[in-house]
Amino acid sequence: MRLTIQINGEQHQVDDVWAGESLLYVLRERLGLPGSKNACEQGECGSCTVYLDGTAVCACLVAAGQAQDREVVTVEGLAPGAGELHPVQEAFLAAGAVQCGFCTPGLVVAAHNLVRRNPEPSDAQIREELAGNLCRCTGYEKIMDAVRMAAANTQEAGA
Amino acid sequence: MSAPANIDAPTRDGVGDSPQRPDGIGKVTGEFAYASDLWHDDMLWGATLRSPHPYARIRSIDISAALAHPGVYAVLTHEDVPGAKYYGLDHVDQPVLAIDTVRYQGEPVALVAAEHPEIARRALAKIEVSYDVLEPLTDPRKAAFDATAPALHEHGNIVRHQPVRFGKISEGQRAAEVVVRGEYQVGMQDQAFLGPEAGLAVPTEDGGIELYVATQWMHVDLRQIAPCLALPEDKVRMTLSGVGGAFGAREDLSMQVHAAMLALHTGKPIKIVYNREESFFGHVHRHPALMRYEHGAWRDGTLVYAKAEIILDGGAYTSSTMNVVANAASLGVGPYSVPHIEIDTYGVYTNNPPCGAMRGFGAVQACYGYESQMDRLAAELDMHPLEVRRINAISQGSVLANGQVVDTPAPLAEMLDRLAATPQPEPADQTDIRNLPGGAANTTHGEGVRRGIGYGVGLKNICFSEGADDYSTARVRLAAVGGEPTALVHTAAAEVGQGLVTLQGQIVRTELGIERVVIAPADTQIGDAGSTSASRQSYMTGGAVKVACEAVREMIFERAADQFGVPADELSLAGGKIVAQCAGVLAALADFLGTEPIEAVREFHHRPTQRMDPVTGQGDSHTQLALCVHRAVVDVDVELGLLKVVELAAVQDVGKVLHRNSLEGQIHGGTAQGLGLAVLEEIQVVDGLIRNPSFTDYLIPTILDMPPMRLDILENPDPHAPYGLRGAGEPPTLSSTPAIAAAIRDATGLPLTRVPIGPEDIIHSVK
Repeated sequence: MRLTIQINGEQHQVDDVWAGESLLYVLRERLGLPGSKNACEQGECGSCTVYLDGTAVCACLVAAGQAQDREVVTVEGLAPGAGELHPVQEAFLAAGAVQCGFCTPGLVVAAHNLVRRNPEPSDAQIREELAGNLCRCTGYEKIMDAVRMAAANTQEAGA
Repeated sequence: MSAPANIDAPTRDGVGDSPQRPDGIGKVTGEFAYASDLWHDDMLWGATLRSPHPYARIRSIDISAALAHPGVYAVLTHEDVPGAKYYGLDHVDQPVLAIDTVRYQGEPVALVAAEHPEIARRALAKIEVSYDVLEPLTDPRKAAFDATAPALHEHGNIVRHQPVRFGKISEGQRAAEVVVRGEYQVGMQDQAFLGPEAGLAVPTEDGGIELYVATQWMHVDLRQIAPCLALPEDKVRMTLSGVGGAFGAREDLSMQVHAAMLALHTGKPIKIVYNREESFFGHVHRHPALMRYEHGAWRDGTLVYAKAEIILDGGAYTSSTMNVVANAASLGVGPYSVPHIEIDTYGVYTNNPPCGAMRGFGAVQACYGYESQMDRLAAELDMHPLEVRRINAISQGSVLANGQVVDTPAPLAEMLDRLAATPQPEPADQTDIRNLPGGAANTTHGEGVRRGIGYGVGLKNICFSEGADDYSTARVRLAAVGGEPTALVHTAAAEVGQGLVTLQGQIVRTELGIERVVIAPADTQIGDAGSTSASRQSYMTGGAVKVACEAVREMIFERAADQFGVPADELSLAGGKIVAQCAGVLAALADFLGTEPIEAVREFHHRPTQRMDPVTGQGDSHTQLALCVHRAVVDVDVELGLLKVVELAAVQDVGKVLHRNSLEGQIHGGTAQGLGLAVLEEIQVVDGLIRNPSFTDYLIPTILDMPPMRLDILENPDPHAPYGLRGAGEPPTLSSTPAIAAAIRDATGLPLTRVPIGPEDIIHSVK
């Protein structure tokens, strides 16, 4: 089938998509956007978290056809410009929340989604919000630091 | 080891600072290329047919229907393996593709290359394999001791039996005033890295192969891959691609030979990526353990003897079981002084999934056993659990079970005192149910919830033990680039997330007094770096980069001494300049280098070690040892068996902090994996079949499961190691598990001898 999607603000047309392909497969294998990760492909790990019409979803659980004519934002689309980083990305780097980094793109999108809706999240809210994103390296302590830092930086930038 | 000549003149982002990872920006933006992200024009997808049976003879394999499937380019079986049909990490016993027998569920049987992964999967389903299904041998005790059990390999079912005989056990048994006995079990844990097994094999014009893979040790891969492909090693060129975690699971081969076979056969690039289910079948796991312990002590708590039998289920093939056995044996009584010791450790073959390397590697299982015993002894003597540990704690000069004298600092008593002095967390605020076991599921408002506190102590060997020729190789090339002195560092060491790429840059900055360092991609165009395992890369590859820098520095000083007429021993490097003690700045490095780079390649070896004696287990088998201690505070809903780990506190001696941020990340992450083993993680194997190969059914800790941590990091340098460092990645994985288990026992009063501890273990045991 032919698929038309807007991704990170750009219109894309993809041909020869199989009905069984996920949005994740189309992003990674057909559009050269492998930032969204394929750690479990069954919605348990959050590594493929993207925005679909503004809602954070697991791209592995979205059939490619369901994304027809919709807007997708991936981790590749978060930075404000080339060579720049979003404050959430800066915070993950500065806090040491990145080790192997395979969970990072999904966590960056999930944390972005938290901070934009709740600029002052409590620790309990951060934990609840990120409970769908598995990380095997960090034990989550530095991820907590990163989200706290991202929230503070976003506040500052907005103020 | 030479003195760290340049550490007194600190350079920004050098050793001891916490600079950001050089691969960090790529990782937060999604641009960093992991093995599963690789793509090549005209590439095909490889897929693997695996045995559904844990033990069976193969009568026939019919590939004709699969081969006829549109879009399929190749279907290969064992007959198509170009060279050696078997490989193995330590012992060559694993078929590239099953020949006449399968010995575990998931054993690779055939390969497909197709133009789309779904076509490949459909073709796999069309391969007809006729099996004679056999009764699997799944009981490791039977494999070890029952002579009537079928022999799974020519030499029987015992991979290694390692005894330890220290002192005279009968004397200890006579002298003991109290004796505690226990049987303990550790379930099969999975490394559960997030980046699945993946790689790309590209055929080259000279008949060779280029392999881009996520692995822990390229050279050991190469030594296994080349014979199977019937290629000389220089025709198999390996480059590390992005590795999404490892934790031991990438030490054995997975898709490497398979992708290369398909690439050589089709003449096209081949990409193989396992999905999560296949990953559970595609790598080795942590050995499950059956352990019997007996400790004898005087009434004052002093240990007089320890006896143990440890059976480690290695599954179908050898993998690293030999070394896992050695660790469990030599570290079988932990960091305690025990005058009389008798340990028998067995690694066995069964038809269960193959087990091999996972963070902590043999020491994790034994630690859970001896620490459970220390708690039992404390209870028997009515002593505080920390007190009985403190009384028996090793220190520098103590002798371990293998007869090895601890010849570097081992401040266990101090670590226990510091842990005891660590403030306790407040009682849970029960007005917010998220603070209670069960959390938002709203299973309790505090009724039935009891708090427990437990402690764990772990001792881990660092680097390869038992006489291994353990070394790493580094090339450092210093050149003027754009008017700036710039170092290029090249090693074959695998960055798997731990931050070695950051550390390499720090070492160069410190040793050469410069700022700009470029880390070349790791590949096999340079000498072996050894594995990213055994907590060894800071020590070994860090050591290699350091000695290569020292060589570069000496060459600079020699040239400068000639040129400026100043004695070489009065020179140093700082701020990108050559500085003389009396004369001050002699030259900017960039000007001095001009168009002539200075380069050195050096190997770094650690102190030699010895094999354990096959009868007594005696021998200085370890080059370095590291300690970590944990306190766990756990709230348990004793009515429902649900629990919440409230806080974990750790004290670890790391010798020297090289990069605090990364170090803390290692201790946090290692602790989290220990938490997983304590209360969540187990590959459930029934009759040789894995029942939970998914992240839906195999649970690793989430951010809700992992509590806040308190870290107390000590720096007692090891004079034999670069900068005095001690390997740090594994020790916390040892001690967090028994600490959490002890806290649950403390809360419930139950014996709970098996980990992981699930709700059913708690409610079924409550009277």
